[in-house]
Amino acid sequence: MSENLIEVNNLTTSFKIGTKYFPAVDDVTFSIKPNEVLALVGESGSGKSATAFSLMGLHRKARIEGEVNFQGQNLLEQNEGKMNKIRGGDLAMIFQDPMTALNPLMKIKQQIVETLKIHNTKSKSDRDRYAVELLERVGIPRPDRVAEAYPHELSGGMRQRVVIAIAIANRPKLLIADEPTTALDVTIQAQILDLIRELQDDLNSGVLLITHDLGVVAEMADRVAVMYAGQIVEVAPVRELFKNPKHPYTRSLLNSLPSEDMLGKKLHVIQGVVPALNKMDRTGCRFAPRIPWISASAHEENPQLRKIADDHFVRCTCYKHFTLEDGSEPDVGVEEYQIETGVEGGSAR
Amino acid sequence: MLKFTIRRLLITFPQLVVLSVLVFIMGSLMPGDALSGLIDPNIPAEAIQARREALGLNNPWYIQYRDWVFAMFQGDFGTSIFHQRPVMDVIGDRLMNTVWLSLFSTVLIYLLGLPLGLVSGRYNDSLLDNAITGYTYLGFATPQFIFGLVILWVFGYNLGWFPTGGSVAPGVAPGSLDYVLSKINHLVLPSFAIALIGLVGTVQYLRSGIIETKQKDFIILARAKGVKESAVYNRHVFRNSILPIAAFFGYEVVALLGGSIFIEMIYSYPGMGRLFLDSISTRDFSVANVLILLYGFMAIVGALLSDIILSIVDPRIRIK
Repeated sequence: MSENLIEVNNLTTSFKIGTKYFPAVDDVTFSIKPNEVLALVGESGSGKSATAFSLMGLHRKARIEGEVNFQGQNLLEQNEGKMNKIRGGDLAMIFQDPMTALNPLMKIKQQIVETLKIHNTKSKSDRDRYAVELLERVGIPRPDRVAEAYPHELSGGMRQRVVIAIAIANRPKLLIADEPTTALDVTIQAQILDLIRELQDDLNSGVLLITHDLGVVAEMADRVAVMYAGQIVEVAPVRELFKNPKHPYTRSLLNSLPSEDMLGKKLHVIQGVVPALNKMDRTGCRFAPRIPWISASAHEENPQLRKIADDHFVRCTCYKHFTLEDGSEPDVGVEEYQIETGVEGGSAR
Repeated sequence: MLKFTIRRLLITFPQLVVLSVLVFIMGSLMPGDALSGLIDPNIPAEAIQARREALGLNNPWYIQYRDWVFAMFQGDFGTSIFHQRPVMDVIGDRLMNTVWLSLFSTVLIYLLGLPLGLVSGRYNDSLLDNAITGYTYLGFATPQFIFGLVILWVFGYNLGWFPTGGSVAPGVAPGSLDYVLSKINHLVLPSFAIALIGLVGTVQYLRSGIIETKQKDFIILARAKGVKESAVYNRHVFRNSILPIAAFFGYEVVALLGGSIFIEMIYSYPGMGRLFLDSISTRDFSVANVLILLYGFMAIVGALLSDIILSIVDPRIRIK
């Protein structure tokens, strides 16, 4: 057991709607070790990105409570000047949409050099050289030419490589990847994921991987935290989670994955949607409204994350009584899924 | 870039030809000519007819047009019938006055408008922003001639800080320092009257540009790089927000060169706007035609200027 790289304790991030604050991230606690990939999964609106932005201190108008311990300091207590030294330095982020993440009016090189300049005191010629090296490192062909190009001259995959180059420019200890492949097509997705894993190995850094793609989780993660409606509902090592999912939400998610024996049949669907921030019932199990056939007595009054095995935590007691709507047991046979999508990547670690 | 500029300038030539024909036809369609307003019962009708014949006013419009164009190519832009001086002399002094007025106004518009828009967009919905946008709405709603009159009345007439008319104090020798100072002194009121109303558009464009830009992903990425908030605005938000203003810059300058008629009237400032109005009401077409051609040429150059500026600011539309 090595020391944790980052410890997030009881993080609560609230946004103002009308005159009241509503928590989008509700009492979230997790930690990441060096060289570990923690995947944060959940539907849109479950609070994944809000969590990442809270760690980075990128929320402008939110109320953030709790504790984010990173390298012996609580990030939530740092002033802007100190945060600017940490952001882009030891704590870096990869963004979701490469088409909009780069400044259209600045050359690629300038955008990389900008972060080098803030975090190092190297000379200008060093920075220029290093920027080109970084582009080469993220697999961009003819990096010296691309360095002089503008973002609109590059494809989406290339731009995401540039965004990654910016993120790793100062050898971050923790890399937050906010749906890094969502906006890319499938072949490019695989390349980008390979690249992130390679760089993570190189830098020995921890990764917080935010995604709603369980395929990406199977391929990349060491541990998984499942988020629903602002809360973490289940945490487990990746193999355990796929083999032995507990929480009804996790199981519903896995059950709605397309697989070979589902050919020609209708896919399982989780009914309903994630409730809006200001319309959410914050007492009891938050997933209960989406599995109405489970009796109310199965749920806990005030559900807490409980340890059910080594490193496996689940919120609420309803998992003990979960069946699908037609009364059948959900398949747990997602072991194959993991094998299919290639734990080849796992061997790289 | 150079090729593009030259090509654009060459295109202006046929455009000017078409414009000149249209203007000429419209001029001939108007009832009356330069002599019809001057009828003195003591002058015999034959004398007027003879004068018309001598000036070529009885010829069909295309003959008149041909004569006019031929003369222009020989550097003769005609004589103002009303002023009895060569057109170029009449326009010359006025043109310089108008150039100075629009230059002062333009500088003031951007000097005051850009900071206001920047503050307003960065701290949108704050008290300061509400005050600034409140002012812009007032500015949009205020007619320039009313505002010009109020400024004139307060600072020129009541307080007496600035002269109320003219472009230079009488009796000052041209070329001396006093002459320059007097010119500037005369420019202050009219250029502020133009700028304080004219800047509201710039403020609003910049404000909404900044509000739109500041929530873009690349701004968040800049912050995630650790860029200081002030640098985020200076380096990333501002440049991306001035694109619409850059696009309008050329047009704005041209509009100022041609469009300060009200202010020139109110401040009895001898500029082109007034000359243009006078030349039409006195049917002094030799002046009016040249002025319209000049405006047309400036509009084309202004559009070109806008394109060049925009291509410098925005690499996505860079002209190769």
